[in-house]
Amino acid sequence: MATKVTMEALSPTMEEGRLVKWLKNEGDPVAKGDVLAEVETDKAVMELTARGEGVLRARLVAEGDTRPVGELLAVIGAPDENIDALIKKAPAEAVTPSEPSSPPTEVPAASRRVEAAPAVTMASSSAASPPAAPAPPARPAPAPPPVPVAPAAPVAPPAATASGNGGGRARSSPLARRLASERGLDLGQLHGSGPGGRVIRRDIESAVAAAQAPAASAAAPSRTAPPAPRTSAPGDFEDIPLTQIRKTIARRLAESIGPVPTFYLTADFDLTSVRELRTRMIALGDEYKVSYNDILLKAIATALSQHPEVNAHWLGDSMRRHHRVHLGMAVAVEDGLITPIIADADRKRISEIARESRELAKRARERKLAPEEYTGATATVSNLGMFGIDEFTAIINPPEVAIFAVGAVADVPVVVDGALAVRTRVRITMSCDHRAVDGATGARFMQTLRRLIENPLMLVF
Amino acid sequence: MASFDVIFLGGGPAGYVGAIRAAQLGLTVGVIEREGLGGTCVLWGCIPAKALLESAAVAHRAREAKTFGVNVGEITTDYGVAMKRSRAVSTQNSKGVEFLFKKSKITWIKGTGTLTGKKTISVTDEKGAATTHDAKKGIVICTGSRVKGIPAIGLTLDKTNILSSDEVLIAEKAPATMAIVGAGAVGCEFADVFHEFGTKVTLLEALPTILPLEDADVAAELTKSFKKRGIDVVTGAKITAAKVGKGSVTISLAGPEKKELTVEKVLVAAGRAPVIDGIGLESQGVKLTDRGFIQIDDQMRTSAEGIYAIGDVAGPPMLAHKGEREGVVVAEVIAGKNEHRVNYGNIPNATYCHPEVASVGLTEQQVKEKKLDYKVGRYNFSASGRARTSGETEGFVKVIRDTKYGEILGAHIIGAHATELIHEIVVARENEFTVEEINLAIHAHPTLSEAIAEATLDSMGRALNA
Repeated sequence: MATKVTMEALSPTMEEGRLVKWLKNEGDPVAKGDVLAEVETDKAVMELTARGEGVLRARLVAEGDTRPVGELLAVIGAPDENIDALIKKAPAEAVTPSEPSSPPTEVPAASRRVEAAPAVTMASSSAASPPAAPAPPARPAPAPPPVPVAPAAPVAPPAATASGNGGGRARSSPLARRLASERGLDLGQLHGSGPGGRVIRRDIESAVAAAQAPAASAAAPSRTAPPAPRTSAPGDFEDIPLTQIRKTIARRLAESIGPVPTFYLTADFDLTSVRELRTRMIALGDEYKVSYNDILLKAIATALSQHPEVNAHWLGDSMRRHHRVHLGMAVAVEDGLITPIIADADRKRISEIARESRELAKRARERKLAPEEYTGATATVSNLGMFGIDEFTAIINPPEVAIFAVGAVADVPVVVDGALAVRTRVRITMSCDHRAVDGATGARFMQTLRRLIENPLMLVF
Repeated sequence: MASFDVIFLGGGPAGYVGAIRAAQLGLTVGVIEREGLGGTCVLWGCIPAKALLESAAVAHRAREAKTFGVNVGEITTDYGVAMKRSRAVSTQNSKGVEFLFKKSKITWIKGTGTLTGKKTISVTDEKGAATTHDAKKGIVICTGSRVKGIPAIGLTLDKTNILSSDEVLIAEKAPATMAIVGAGAVGCEFADVFHEFGTKVTLLEALPTILPLEDADVAAELTKSFKKRGIDVVTGAKITAAKVGKGSVTISLAGPEKKELTVEKVLVAAGRAPVIDGIGLESQGVKLTDRGFIQIDDQMRTSAEGIYAIGDVAGPPMLAHKGEREGVVVAEVIAGKNEHRVNYGNIPNATYCHPEVASVGLTEQQVKEKKLDYKVGRYNFSASGRARTSGETEGFVKVIRDTKYGEILGAHIIGAHATELIHEIVVARENEFTVEEINLAIHAHPTLSEAIAEATLDSMGRALNA
């Protein structure tokens, strides 16, 4: 009995995959569990394993081609078995994968993008898109800023990577570029339907239409019900039913500025003590060397553990307060960004956070993250300090309700006891989903964070 | 009995271009055509009419020659000679298509075709002998359109007094007086031709403007120009009756002025209808639209499987270049290529009277109806150095752009060489260039094309030479 090999959903948000490489030839014997091919998903390169055994009878997709989830890629069967019927049933596209001029085989740049937060991107674009919006007060925020959270003095990635626009220019018409920039859309994320995969007006229009569909239908559900075992253990969280006032606040604010009504709290933090701590640790030897960011990650995680109302997910009809802190950290990768997760960050030592964040950032850039390594964050940190950004706002990754944007660590003049002094400081902006986090709630969180950062011994207490 | 991959029923621009494209894609192709290859366009439309318009233009220029310092003596015209020249041009073009068929190994099946099945078609030749041919992959209906006359008001085509363009294209001489019914492209072009050949022309249009599908500013400019030259233009003309007398026709018009008009000939340049009779469409379940055209989808498929339709018979705009593009698309669809669909929003219109009229996209009236936020840029040829040198300063370029994004919503040109100039805008629109990109492209000086750059600049409030 022949077995169909189809494009499997190798990550929770995957809608299509690109067949990077076949690892078996037609005619090769195949055992259950054998790796048949490498498939690039929206997040990483994954292995496609055999679910049947026999001989790989037919490969129906050429290397480099993209196919939607569920489509027939190959057939495994007995050497003499007639598999014509199986192949014939496949859509025409799959049968003639080698036709070079047929558009479906053109891999749209979008499908290859590593995209940490499609939900956020789409939410922001839909928030910006109502055509009747009164004079736009602010341009729609760009896609979540790419942030290599990494060793203290990272080699700055190439400029192209740093700009939200990603590497590799997307082919597009001038009109499409204007429409996209107006709506805050990244052309590289769009499927181009023009000649040679060029992004044209109708692609922008259909992207806007898709974004206006219930906030990010593709990404949100998987986020709402993260497959990762970390957050699903009973007792790890508590679901809070919404009170009437909470429902009203949520509805009114969402009507006002978009599906995720966000406000921002910015504060300066004095790093004098953090600097002393770090200097002393470095003096102890290389194994104690950590970055400012590692210490800030630890501080934010600790503060989150003390403020479950911020360490939460907005689920639409309830809020889920997490008892464990899984901190996402935005990492810029070649053509986008992804947010790997430091699990139980509040319980980890700073040295562990340092090692883990370095390791995750490296694996993210190599696209070797497993899905469970980037799903299920309870809150996220984004850092553009190494680009010399003093402060910025980051876009919340739903269903999370807060994201922290960390600016550059710098020596600045400040007034201390009525006299000018030079102090090392950092500016952190907290983006809050107002449906879950009110102004005072967020402010109290920032107070806790200040106590921790300015008294770093509390982090090891 | 011959067997092909695809058979085109009709050898006009839609059919012959589709046939060549199909042959390029490796299909075996037969084209059924009872007359000459090239269809109405080559034999009875675009090509011979343009040849006559060129004769008219030469006459017009010759009359102005003196002011250019060229003395050509007394100017006389001979319609018969112009007609013979135009026929020669048509024949030459038709032979050109025959040559292309041979080159592409396309079989011309001479005769009249009738569908006898979803894949079979019977062809009756001049002598009445019938053969049957089958098409394995598809049959394409491209039978075109013809002028049907307006019998309801007495304008029944009779080939002697009440004529269609078919007859005037082979007339030996220009009549002394002529009424042209319908001021679309065909009506305006023949008004130009016959006026230059000495006919007293009255152009009658039922709608409020001539070239009713064009922008109102352009129509007004052309009306002004025609009237200046001595062509009588009557818009909002309601013909109540037409009576054929001895060597003349008397047309009755409703309304206060011009109650009756007696002319030697009437040219009916309105009411083109698709050629759908006797093809066997009904027997194969090919559905028509409520306007009588064959109903197709964006892959040119009719309601009957394996039967396609393209060109005039498949609906307006009835333009050769629209049919040609549909021919390319249908060939690619039948060959299994997943090609680009016809962009019906970006088909240029061209009228070759003098001054020429060309346009693409939306008119200002349409933009208003759609409640779009737009800006208009305009540049008059009277300000163009190049137009002054050739003494052709009539007309203007009008560009309509979207306020916010600069998208070119429409462009309208009236003036010398307008039908050539329009393609800059067609290419720009096809590539979704905005007014910015047009302006950034350097235009040679002095040229008429500069007027396009200036009009786009004007739409941004930055005109340099106006």
